[in-house]
Amino acid sequence: MKKMTGAQAIVKCLQEEGVNLIFGFPGGAVIDLYDELLDSDITHILVRHEQGAVHAADGYARATGGVGVALLTSGPGATNGVTGIATAYMDSIPLVVLTGQVPRALIGNDAFQEVDIVGITRPCTKHNYLVKDPADLVPVLREAFYLAASGRPGPVLIDLPKDVVASKVNFPEKKKIKMQTYQPNYEPHPGQVEKACRSMLKAKSPVLYVGGGVILSNANKELTELAQKLNIPVTMTLMGLGGFPGTDPLSLGMLGMHGTYAANMAVAKSDLLIAVGARFDDRVTGRLDAFAPHAKIIHIDIDPTSISKNVGVDIPIVADCKLALQAMNTWFDRLKDFDPKDFAARHQPWIERIDAWQQEHPLTYHEEGDIIKPQYVVEKLNELTGGDAIIATEVGQNQMWAAQFYKFNKPRHLLTSGGLGTMGYGLPAAIGAKLAYPNATVIDIAGDGSIQMNIQELATAKQWGAPVKIAILNNGYLGMVRQWQELFYNRRYSATVMEVTPDFVELAKAYGAVGLRAKTKDEVEPVIKEALATDNLVIMDFIVNREEGVYPMVPAGKATTEMLLV
Amino acid sequence: MKHTLSVLLLNKPGALSRVTGLFSGRGFNIESLSVAETLDPKVSCLTLVTHGDESIIEQITKQLHKLIDVIKVTDISEGEFVEREMVLIQVKAEAHTRAEVLRVIDIFRGKVVDVSPTTYTVEMTGPESKIKAVIDILRPLGIKEIIRTGTIAMARAPKK
Repeated sequence: MKKMTGAQAIVKCLQEEGVNLIFGFPGGAVIDLYDELLDSDITHILVRHEQGAVHAADGYARATGGVGVALLTSGPGATNGVTGIATAYMDSIPLVVLTGQVPRALIGNDAFQEVDIVGITRPCTKHNYLVKDPADLVPVLREAFYLAASGRPGPVLIDLPKDVVASKVNFPEKKKIKMQTYQPNYEPHPGQVEKACRSMLKAKSPVLYVGGGVILSNANKELTELAQKLNIPVTMTLMGLGGFPGTDPLSLGMLGMHGTYAANMAVAKSDLLIAVGARFDDRVTGRLDAFAPHAKIIHIDIDPTSISKNVGVDIPIVADCKLALQAMNTWFDRLKDFDPKDFAARHQPWIERIDAWQQEHPLTYHEEGDIIKPQYVVEKLNELTGGDAIIATEVGQNQMWAAQFYKFNKPRHLLTSGGLGTMGYGLPAAIGAKLAYPNATVIDIAGDGSIQMNIQELATAKQWGAPVKIAILNNGYLGMVRQWQELFYNRRYSATVMEVTPDFVELAKAYGAVGLRAKTKDEVEPVIKEALATDNLVIMDFIVNREEGVYPMVPAGKATTEMLLV
Repeated sequence: MKHTLSVLLLNKPGALSRVTGLFSGRGFNIESLSVAETLDPKVSCLTLVTHGDESIIEQITKQLHKLIDVIKVTDISEGEFVEREMVLIQVKAEAHTRAEVLRVIDIFRGKVVDVSPTTYTVEMTGPESKIKAVIDILRPLGIKEIIRTGTIAMARAPKK
């Protein structure tokens, strides 16, 4: 075995895992590792704030399906990364976050830039490590990558004391990782698969309810096959968008608080709900006792804790979504006397009932003369990019309009903080995705509030050649909270008016980017076309209708059938 | 309903805090908790008494199992099991009550482990119900201090 420094071993481990891009911000505790990176072929993207580093690694991971890597220094570097880590944890995104730590002898002494980051991130990582013995360094790094990407993915943090990184370590040969305490189950139980398939045969009004698990397990093809084979309509959670083509006639769009009328009605009236890689989040279910009250529930999820956590499940299948859906497709293929055409015909009355709901209350908004409607901007972005762009979003109204009006046909094309709802996520995530796919069109759909939360990353985008396009739906409000205040707090707009907002066109110029503004509806299309035509980083500032709301909306605590409509 | 969980986990720094953090973070109850090394020094055994309905206990069990440092989780109260708790009680023992205190301790098969002119310190083991009973009896006589270990429990060996 060869001896090398801890820093060399870390770089070698990253190379072993195929990492060629990492995001970070240096500091005293990680200076040895940064020194080593200078001589390696790994590109380090210097961000402007550590939260940006973790979100960028997260955007990279969501877009590519690989593990994102962030490198932060001790103390404030690490704590600045916590929001990024929690964001990834809630959405099950595989990350390895390396943090510097003070030398071992100083741990616990309240040393300069010391913080117990392992303690702080215990509840928001899949697992974390403090490497106290240099001999553990290489095994821990390998285990971290394995844990991050396997089973239900998630962020793993490794805290690296400065003297451990500087010490001499062995570099043992890589073996297949086997952990006594961690053996995720991927294969579906054949008996459960059969039970599920038999109930699908009997169902008259089935609905597929699809979450982010389908995207994480790359199961979109298998899902599409099943839905089309059995003629079952599909609704997606925010995290599931793109898991099934949004333009397919069987797509009902998103369900839940801001879901479509047809999706929420279909779930409420269904006799069989097939949940795939979804976790019955409160934003999806609304009032629990009124969620899918008539339905038998099948639930496929790799994480046993997701099953029957909020809603009782009749047929649980703990497995990888892709393998479970494959097994179901195979079961139907082998079934004698199963004619998909007959089957499709049997569901026709149900499909027609859903069509009627779709026609009764389609996703829509009211035009108001020259005024730019934010939904119109998203529709135009969809149209002018052919529905093919990678869309990152911030959080709030901008996120919901993006989810409703951009028609995602492919997985890994929507980067959005679903679980944690982190404002400031979109820009750094878009940068991560753009660096992974330099030829893709990457757009951050933002609000004037949330874009300011990580606006400093414009410099990162500029420095590293990540010309993303930022579409600000500028209404001068923290719009989603304002909408709640309008509806439920008697229009008392407490702390939601952005009285001072920078001139985003001038701000873009200050960062060496292009700034464009549209104030009227007819200016929208030329602005988007110009933004898409330039190679530079662009901010599009759309001055939109100030008090536009996101509809449909299910008020908190209500049943999902009690929607407020446009 | 009360449940007694036996949790095997890696004997590593931070492992216990992952377990307790899970309970506080998810709003589950811990009635008592007792932990020490097993025959294998790399593994600790933790006995945890909690309460909740079936669905909560199912969540607790699954969530514990999800922790990377946890090897095995058993709800031993699902079957036959033995449970013991140890208590140290310092009870007032003045001239007119010394005999009465000793009698009570004797009935509960306790042991006096420390004596002062005005107190006895008593050691006693038993299931939680017995510990509660002795505390109730001794309380009117004047308990000065009390330390309990929390329950430890073991599933009964199969009889066939």
